[in-house]
Amino acid sequence: MLADANKNSGNEPSATLLEVKGLRIEGLSEKGWQEIVCGVDLKLKRGEILGLIGESGAGKSTIGLAAMGFARDGCRITSGEIIFDGIELCTASEEQKRKLRGNRISYVAQSAAAAFNPAHRLLNQFAEGPVDHKVMSRTEAKEKGRKLYRSLDLPDPDNIGERWPHQVSGGQLQRMMVAMAMSCGPDLIVFDEPTTALDVTTQIEVLKTIKEIVTARNVSAIYITHDLAVVAQLADHLMVLRYGNLIEVNSTGQILEAPKQEYTRALLDARTRHEKTAVQISDAETLLSINSVTAGYGNGPDILQEVSVLVERGRTVAVVGESGSGKSTLARVITGLLPPRSGEIHFQSESLPPALAQRSKQQLRKVQMIYQIPDVALNPRQRVRDVVGRPLSFYLGLSGKEREHRIIELLEHIELSEHFIDRLPDELSGGEKQRICIARALAAEPELIICDEVTSALDTIVAKAILDLLQRLQRELSLTYLFISHDLDTVASIADQVVVLYAGRIAEQGPKAAVFQPPFHPYTRLLLSSVPEMRQGWLEETLSTREAKAGIAREVKITERGCPFAERCPVAIPEICVRDRPPLQTPASGHVFACQHAPEMLLDHSA
Amino acid sequence: MSNILKIIFSAPLSAKFGMLVVVIYSIVAIFAPFIAPYGEREILGRAFELWSDKYPLGTDNLGRDMLSRMIFGARNTIGLALSITILAFLLGSLTGMIAAALGGWVDQILSRIVDVLMSIPSLIFALLILSIFGTSVPYLIATITVIDATRVFRLARATAMNVVVMDYVEVARVRGEKLDWVIRKEILPNITAPLLAEFGLRFCFVFLFISALSFLGLGLQPPAADWGSMVRDNATLITFEDMTPLLPAGAIALLTIAINFIVDWMLHKSSGLKDVS
Repeated sequence: MLADANKNSGNEPSATLLEVKGLRIEGLSEKGWQEIVCGVDLKLKRGEILGLIGESGAGKSTIGLAAMGFARDGCRITSGEIIFDGIELCTASEEQKRKLRGNRISYVAQSAAAAFNPAHRLLNQFAEGPVDHKVMSRTEAKEKGRKLYRSLDLPDPDNIGERWPHQVSGGQLQRMMVAMAMSCGPDLIVFDEPTTALDVTTQIEVLKTIKEIVTARNVSAIYITHDLAVVAQLADHLMVLRYGNLIEVNSTGQILEAPKQEYTRALLDARTRHEKTAVQISDAETLLSINSVTAGYGNGPDILQEVSVLVERGRTVAVVGESGSGKSTLARVITGLLPPRSGEIHFQSESLPPALAQRSKQQLRKVQMIYQIPDVALNPRQRVRDVVGRPLSFYLGLSGKEREHRIIELLEHIELSEHFIDRLPDELSGGEKQRICIARALAAEPELIICDEVTSALDTIVAKAILDLLQRLQRELSLTYLFISHDLDTVASIADQVVVLYAGRIAEQGPKAAVFQPPFHPYTRLLLSSVPEMRQGWLEETLSTREAKAGIAREVKITERGCPFAERCPVAIPEICVRDRPPLQTPASGHVFACQHAPEMLLDHSA
Repeated sequence: MSNILKIIFSAPLSAKFGMLVVVIYSIVAIFAPFIAPYGEREILGRAFELWSDKYPLGTDNLGRDMLSRMIFGARNTIGLALSITILAFLLGSLTGMIAAALGGWVDQILSRIVDVLMSIPSLIFALLILSIFGTSVPYLIATITVIDATRVFRLARATAMNVVVMDYVEVARVRGEKLDWVIRKEILPNITAPLLAEFGLRFCFVFLFISALSFLGLGLQPPAADWGSMVRDNATLITFEDMTPLLPAGAIALLTIAINFIVDWMLHKSSGLKDVS
């Protein structure tokens, strides 16, 4: 059957596989049916990768799904043609489309964790498609699965398929999702933001998998993302979309080198690193000092082990690391949500009580927090007035006109007009929600604001605007930030000091320049080299480096002894690194890193 | 006000019917003394008189006017059911939210108490309590309130659990808010929809439960009119092919159906599902 499909499609590489003409799609909103894709054309040849770029609401996913002849609930295709290999999908019957989907066209969703059924073993889910489409028998399908797993370098490829989805790490799960999309040997795969939810290091592994599969098997792909640097590594052509309209389409090189449209330039600009000029502070007063804090949940292991951090007033300290490195736990310890097992926290030279309940109102007021996902950080039933006004009345005792006046002042600070005061969170965009969260933190007139991944849930352009806002507020109100992030681009643009956490221990910390240029610690170097750069060919270069071969994407494991990074480290000394705690070294004042190697030796390696 | 009217007019036919029935029942219950042709306890004629101009629905086993007793019964039964449901919700949702917000041993103790209460079949539990303490109205209210509060507790705790893990609740805690604020302002507004829907259903169950107890002779005591006991008292008529005793039962059924229509509509609205044509 598969052979039949290939026969009548013709296998010459230049043949057009998918053609979309004048596609219009409407979505149902409160105001009735509204156009969300407004006449888009696209052409995809066999073996080509097309990148769809745009912010949320651009209609990328809707177009991606339409390529399979599918419209989500509450959406309908109103006009246009979708021709996949000679078959008109708009007029095709459900049965015809069903035969294509999962067989000749497959789909990889953003969150593999949500796309796998947690109640079935992975290999059984792999086999579902081929068996259902009668392409192979169950045993053949499983055999193919194991072969694909092996070719994708998944650990223990013969047995990993017998695991349940929750027993596999996020990056591996996403790669198995890609393998599953390949199960029937499709002609077209639609990737919908497959790496957005992943760490930079894991992202590389998934990108590598996608690249290998697409090039080795001459498959066409539509790659949907909001991150230009990621898609630049894969796509031959790029389509820039905005509000359902086509802004620009060109080859990847052309878009990166010479964008024609203003909007494309804005997208590129938002993704380019802007170094922050260091804030000049005459008297470096210590605002927060964390002294060898060890913390963990319940009876579990120590998630943080002897972590010490100094935060000076008016500066930004960034805490970086992959998921599982203990960044958010550190924030919970500082806010008092998780009393540490040992160690002390001092704020403005007075000791902070470990538990939330023991802290005074004034102590609580001085430390505020901004969260990663503004949607769940705002109570959907509270209007902006209540959200921003509550800290005002709670901490500062403001009420009536005074309070109202101050709320409007705060809204001006975050560049929103006073009309927003009566809005509910549902009536705000993602960026506006995050601004309201910032206003809520500002309302308490804090000394320190903890920003927990504040931009990672936002589109690139919006994220940049939020970062600019945070920096402006810092200058104007001389705020101090503790900035938690896994995104080194963000960190590079906003931080003065950097703390690199790995498995609950500090791998390296110091001034940004000292930590990043050149990076001493092998882990810092790994993180830095994993950030996608806005040029073609970056992925191949990175994959050929020593770091990549040492195992970029491994789970962060907490160890009782030795260096936790040892098993991923390209320069690990056998036996010693696994056995002994790495000594702390200070190559310059204020710059500390933990490694067995001497600084000179590590610099040699980076050369 | 115009908003509420707009919402009501946009409701589907079934919900409008439900609302109409509820409105009529409430008017009847509130203005019972003015609507009813005779008094609740007046013995007017012979027992089991047939339908006539004088007694539109005939008379009962003691010669009291059926229609008047139906009208007063609405007042007694609905009033009792409503107050029990409100009390059960106050008790159940408050303890449920406290259990979810505090967690730990408070949650353990409250949940285990509820488990124990729920493990006893409710009718037997009620029979037991009422035969020990006697069948006065306060005991009746207290017993059914406790039984129903356990169900409300389960729902309130489960829905509140989903809210408690949200970052905005953490924000309130880090701000230093007291338990009272967290429950009233952060949790309650986000679980009102399922609680309201449950309120409608619970009201029906309470209603049926009171009627069942009355039928067994442990509910409202005579001579107070009550739909459940009216069915029991006149049940013999059914053997003579007279449908009169089924009327109070029908009244119960109609109200239950009406309320369920409204609840369905409210659940549909609160779940945020869109009607896809």
